[in-house]
Amino acid sequence: MKGIIRKLFSPNQEAEIPTQPLDMNSHPNHQSGGENPLEPHQLVVCCGQSIGRQRNHNEDALFAMTTTLTGDNRVIPFGLYIVADGMGGHQHGEVASGVAIRTMATQLLNKLYLPLLSVKPVSPDESLQEIMQSSVQDAHIAILKQVPGGGTTLTAMLIIGDQMTIAHVGDSRAYAITRDGQIDVLTRDHSLVKRLVELGQLSKDEAAIHPQRNVLYRALGQGEPFEPDVKTIHLPGSGYLLLCSDGLWSVVPEHELYQIITKAKSSEEACKRLIEAANEAGGPDNISAILIRLPG
Amino acid sequence: MEPKSTSQESWQLQPGFTLADRYLIQSVIGMGGMGAVYRACDLHFPNVVKLVAVKEMINQAHDPVVRQTIVQNFEREANLLATLDHPAIPRIYDYFTSNERSYLILEYIKGKDLEAILNESEEPLQEERVIPWAIEICDVLNYLHSHSPEPIIFRDMKPSNVMINQHNHVVLVDFGIAKQFQIGQKGTMIGTEGYSPPEQYRGEASHLADIYALGATLHHLLCKRDPRLEPPFSFGERPLRKINPAISAGLEAIINTALQYSPEERYPSTQMMKEALLKVAQENGMLPILPSNMTKILDSEEMAKPIWTFHCQDEIRGSAMCYGTTIFVGSYDKHLYALNAQNGELIWEYSAEGGIVSRPAYHEGNIYFGSEDTRLHVVTSRYGRINWTYYTNGPVRSSPTIVEGHVFIGSDDGFLHAVHLNSGRRTWMVEAGSAIRSTPMVEHDKVYFGTESGDFYCLDFKGNIKWRFKAKRAITSSPVILDNVVYFGSLDGTLYALDSGSGWVIWRFRLGKGTISTPCVSADLIFMGAIDGVIYCIDTRTAKEVWRYTTDHQVTGSPILYKEAIYCGSVDGHLYCLDCSTGRLRWKLRTEGPITATPTVWNDMVFIGSTDHTLYALKA
Repeated sequence: MKGIIRKLFSPNQEAEIPTQPLDMNSHPNHQSGGENPLEPHQLVVCCGQSIGRQRNHNEDALFAMTTTLTGDNRVIPFGLYIVADGMGGHQHGEVASGVAIRTMATQLLNKLYLPLLSVKPVSPDESLQEIMQSSVQDAHIAILKQVPGGGTTLTAMLIIGDQMTIAHVGDSRAYAITRDGQIDVLTRDHSLVKRLVELGQLSKDEAAIHPQRNVLYRALGQGEPFEPDVKTIHLPGSGYLLLCSDGLWSVVPEHELYQIITKAKSSEEACKRLIEAANEAGGPDNISAILIRLPG
Repeated sequence: MEPKSTSQESWQLQPGFTLADRYLIQSVIGMGGMGAVYRACDLHFPNVVKLVAVKEMINQAHDPVVRQTIVQNFEREANLLATLDHPAIPRIYDYFTSNERSYLILEYIKGKDLEAILNESEEPLQEERVIPWAIEICDVLNYLHSHSPEPIIFRDMKPSNVMINQHNHVVLVDFGIAKQFQIGQKGTMIGTEGYSPPEQYRGEASHLADIYALGATLHHLLCKRDPRLEPPFSFGERPLRKINPAISAGLEAIINTALQYSPEERYPSTQMMKEALLKVAQENGMLPILPSNMTKILDSEEMAKPIWTFHCQDEIRGSAMCYGTTIFVGSYDKHLYALNAQNGELIWEYSAEGGIVSRPAYHEGNIYFGSEDTRLHVVTSRYGRINWTYYTNGPVRSSPTIVEGHVFIGSDDGFLHAVHLNSGRRTWMVEAGSAIRSTPMVEHDKVYFGTESGDFYCLDFKGNIKWRFKAKRAITSSPVILDNVVYFGSLDGTLYALDSGSGWVIWRFRLGKGTISTPCVSADLIFMGAIDGVIYCIDTRTAKEVWRYTTDHQVTGSPILYKEAIYCGSVDGHLYCLDCSTGRLRWKLRTEGPITATPTVWNDMVFIGSTDHTLYALKA
């Protein structure tokens, strides 16, 4: 074992949380809210980060905020989760990922969360997808200005009520894990190798060891014009969502991710095990993971 | 002479600054990742205004050895360029390096680059305009590729690197010197994403890479789909003639050859590509274009024939409804007709006192429908005998929705009415402020509908408003709900996707014009017509257009999906049957009047009413 190994475990430490999520073991299935049949969802979230075993500094950044919006006899879960992986080799990869996360989170909270939180809630003029889109643009411009030449991936997930909206650039990933044994990637890697796999020019196994597997064709702070992938998906009824950098997914195969997440006794343990698994596999890159447990 | 740079934002040279005691900076004319391009005035010619382009590159390497290598490479390439002599290559007057900045002084080209020309155009560029430029680009690439002792590979062919000067001739700009200035490992983007061939990402670039990039550039110009916004090497997924049918098959074939994934399957030289382009140009110039004739030929082949027709006394503007083997349809002649769906024979007719423009609904032996006589009529499905009627205070153009023992229906009186099925009495009515012509949608004990003043309401079963949304113009289009997302269109030219629980806008899709068509939603796709004459197919998750089909007039009716096909009428008088995944026309039916109704499908048969007073039945 070489190098410094640091592990940070910080469930929900990234942001102030107006309403603490309930403990996962005691979350209620129903709220006695008159005739309202909607069941208030409770999200339980854990984060984990590690520098890995081969790098000497951390260029990943993450943000996790879990809360609820209360009003009109109902409680709407609100969650914002972001993973950014700054580019090594480029100047200040860690600065780029930090700028991306701060800009993205600030914009989303200002444009969306604060107006909804105010005593007289104001619905935004823009659509959720437009807000996600423009916030990513703002992060892109912030990097161009503050870290010229820098680049980062960005995968952001906004959960409001029954919908999740994902904005994505680069090769960090979002997964949906259902209890019936399925693990689905919700994002599409903007990497050259992934594209070559899609075209049938490379096998999955070849891609995993391809020397250019880290080459992205789209990244924040790089290239114009610039457009993130944005989509909205109906939240699965139960299971987990996982956001992670390639430091996790490139060394821990999907079936193992599934096993770790579904076998763990708690989200904290699952998160810890995920980071350990990536380090046990060599820890070639910084590792970041946000695990969201859905109710049901 | 080094410009001041006080902060990261002000690293650019400012207008009025004189570079190297000679070049008076006038303005920034371009921005690259490595620095800016300026227009400057050469002060060595005091009596005339001699404009030059000043290209700046900032050395970002920290390591002194790397820095030195970069500067040496820059100077070597600048020297190489100085030896080039071609009308489509700007002349180099000077170059120098000062600290971390290197400068090239180039001939100033008066004109616009192809990216700017494309951006200014609403439509893709025309073939006749593009081919002469393509031929000139082939010429200059051929000049570079046959340079001795070593061929020169341009490496960065893309619309923004091709200037069209004031005489409509091509000039290549940006010889890729800047690339030397890019450093990095992970994520370093090699070449210009979108236009570069696969092998260039492997670090191999022969003259065949330029041919691919030229193909990519032409593809972009001719279909106006920016390859930088698409995954790499995905031109095959955007067939040129599907996006821009005006392009000749010959030109499409040339571009497809240039865009081959394997270099050996492309044109072996730009000379060969040029010859192919000349041939197509000649063919196009010699043969008169007869697009209307060609359309006519296609029409007769793909024209469908009805199985039966039924004629009534006035226009059929509303949609039919099938129950059992009977089809029910209302007409502007104030009648509701019950027909045998197999053969179109009349079973019964019922007379209201106003036109019927909506779709009837069936529930437990009764047919429910609204009429412009202000009433909701309830008649027996078997004999067409009246059971009861319910009066509103305005014409009823909304179709009824029956759920939980109630019929929900809007009226031009500005109220949504909830009427008890057994008693025929009103349970409640809710004032919406203006006429309701959309069909209420009921899901999870909530009622959703839009109004003519552009309000959209979500009510609970007691008639309390849960939330409200405001569009800029009327919402005549009826809402559809899938996976807790409610979709509807508005005359403000937008297709909305709202969270059904909260009313928050998830996304908006801009249509060419307003719409009163009701969306049709399948798992991942949404189909909808608009008065710009287009039938749209949009991805429900990303709000991106998947395909579009343009008819010859407004599309005010709604599409329906049946067995992988979309059926939709148009005011141009046709019922169209399109492949749902590609939007390709399968067949169309011609009627003698505009179609505003929505088709109905039953037992592999499609039914559509037309304003030519006829209901048509066809094989699906």
